[in-house]
Amino acid sequence: MTSDTHRAIEAVWRIEAPRLVAGLGRLVRDVGVAEELAQDALVAALEQWPAEGVPRNPGAWLMTTAKRRAVDRIRRDETFRRKLEELGRDLEESTPDVAGLVAEDDGIGDDRLRLMFVACHPVLSTEARAALTLRLLGGLTTDEIARAFLVPEPTVAQRIVRAKKALANAKVPFEVPQGDELAARLSSVLEVVYLIFNEGYSATAGDDWMRPALCEEALRLGRVLARLAPREPEVHGLVALMEIQASRAAARTGPGGVPILLADQNRARWDHLLIRRGLAALERAEAQTEKPGPYVLQAAIAAVHARAGRFEDTDWPRMAALYEQLAATSPSPVVELNRAVALSMAYGPGAGLELLDQLMAVPALRDYHLLPTVRGDFLARLGRPAEARAEFERAASLTRNERERTLLLDRAAACPVGDQPQG
Amino acid sequence: MRFMVITKATAASEAGTPPPTEVFDTMGKFIQELMDAGVLLAADGLHPSSQGARIYSDGEKKTVVDGPFAETKELIGGFFLVETKSLEECVEWFKRMPGQDEGNIEIRRVIQAEDFAETMTDAQRAAVEQRDQETRYN
Repeated sequence: MTSDTHRAIEAVWRIEAPRLVAGLGRLVRDVGVAEELAQDALVAALEQWPAEGVPRNPGAWLMTTAKRRAVDRIRRDETFRRKLEELGRDLEESTPDVAGLVAEDDGIGDDRLRLMFVACHPVLSTEARAALTLRLLGGLTTDEIARAFLVPEPTVAQRIVRAKKALANAKVPFEVPQGDELAARLSSVLEVVYLIFNEGYSATAGDDWMRPALCEEALRLGRVLARLAPREPEVHGLVALMEIQASRAAARTGPGGVPILLADQNRARWDHLLIRRGLAALERAEAQTEKPGPYVLQAAIAAVHARAGRFEDTDWPRMAALYEQLAATSPSPVVELNRAVALSMAYGPGAGLELLDQLMAVPALRDYHLLPTVRGDFLARLGRPAEARAEFERAASLTRNERERTLLLDRAAACPVGDQPQG
Repeated sequence: MRFMVITKATAASEAGTPPPTEVFDTMGKFIQELMDAGVLLAADGLHPSSQGARIYSDGEKKTVVDGPFAETKELIGGFFLVETKSLEECVEWFKRMPGQDEGNIEIRRVIQAEDFAETMTDAQRAAVEQRDQETRYN
């Protein structure tokens, strides 16, 4: 019976923790203290519920208990009082209205949004942001976070303690940023959510199950964010991107965990529920903006694949146009390379080659092994095997991956000697 | 983990009586909460079984029987598809579903690709892939 209650408490915690910490955060204006108070309430629940049963409204019970502790602490604890004063606010104001203790928490959504912005504050390192977000908004334990990121638990615990301290030291206000600050801060939040997603997406067979579970965590955070900030197209863009990428999870590896390229994936195994959700989110995003940002564009690119029933049906001209837009808003070698591939698929290898030749002139890309790899591929398709072979060999000399090197040398060896007339 | 939460038909739903106005509010609020927490993937309600049919099989023989069907409490009234961390979390959410004064709600885990990962042989996997391919393109 007791272990059933414990599992129930864990489930309640998972549901209530974000609301609880967010609501308390507004009250005490300190995320670290808010989390401690929420933990206190959890401990109280662990003590009382197994004997008395889970209350009818467990969320309200936890909130009431935590708020009572807050009042107790403020009244009793001189140090805590000073700490609150140091943090620069009027004690009167932060002493909760006892009558309002059990009142329904309106504006709790705003509190959660504030919490998200604080947990993803740029004063913290990216790892700290991710850990704190999963802890405070995902209700994950430090052990779960540690297993997910393949680091020892004390490391995560330390990371979180330090992060809370850093937030307090920097006097980070418990607020949703306004005006010019909003865009930059929002992109920090989105970056953290997408980082969590990618960490989960890069999990391989045999990993702890907490790793792939990060994808679900990130999706959940993204969906929550989309409800909290429904007028931000980039939020919907990120959600769309994650839903569509997650839809391929079942198709992207074969037996033994061997990765399967997008072109070869069995599209019947894509999760069509997630695709529908992703396309709907993308539609919302696109309806809200004339100038789509990087997440909306990446989602639009993912959607081009999602809409194609077979690889041959892919709308390559649209793909190339989207990559061109993406290259303009967030230029990177990978984006350019993908754009070149899209161009070659849409208009033939010659079109792709033209772009690659421009890229070859960029000094920063001189040693980027994917450049000669793709160039070799285009040249081979153009019937210029001698040049193709040279590119594959160059790529082989640049890559650090042993398996890839073998593959590239094989491709080089497969190029016939002497150019053939172009067809 | 993905779950299908199956709600059951009631005498009222089988009679096609629309729910009272306040249910739209309470249920709406519940669904909103599921969305706010990022757990709801899809949800739908079903018309009375009088608008449905059953196909009975006996060997090669198929017999179609039109609704309504008698065993109201065992009929599906609607469903939710949710993604939660555990069965317990899903249970905790649906203990909060309003308007459930009697009967039961059934929670079932949806099979996803990774559930097969360990027990399927390569040949079985290939067979499934083949089947998927056929159902997709026919």
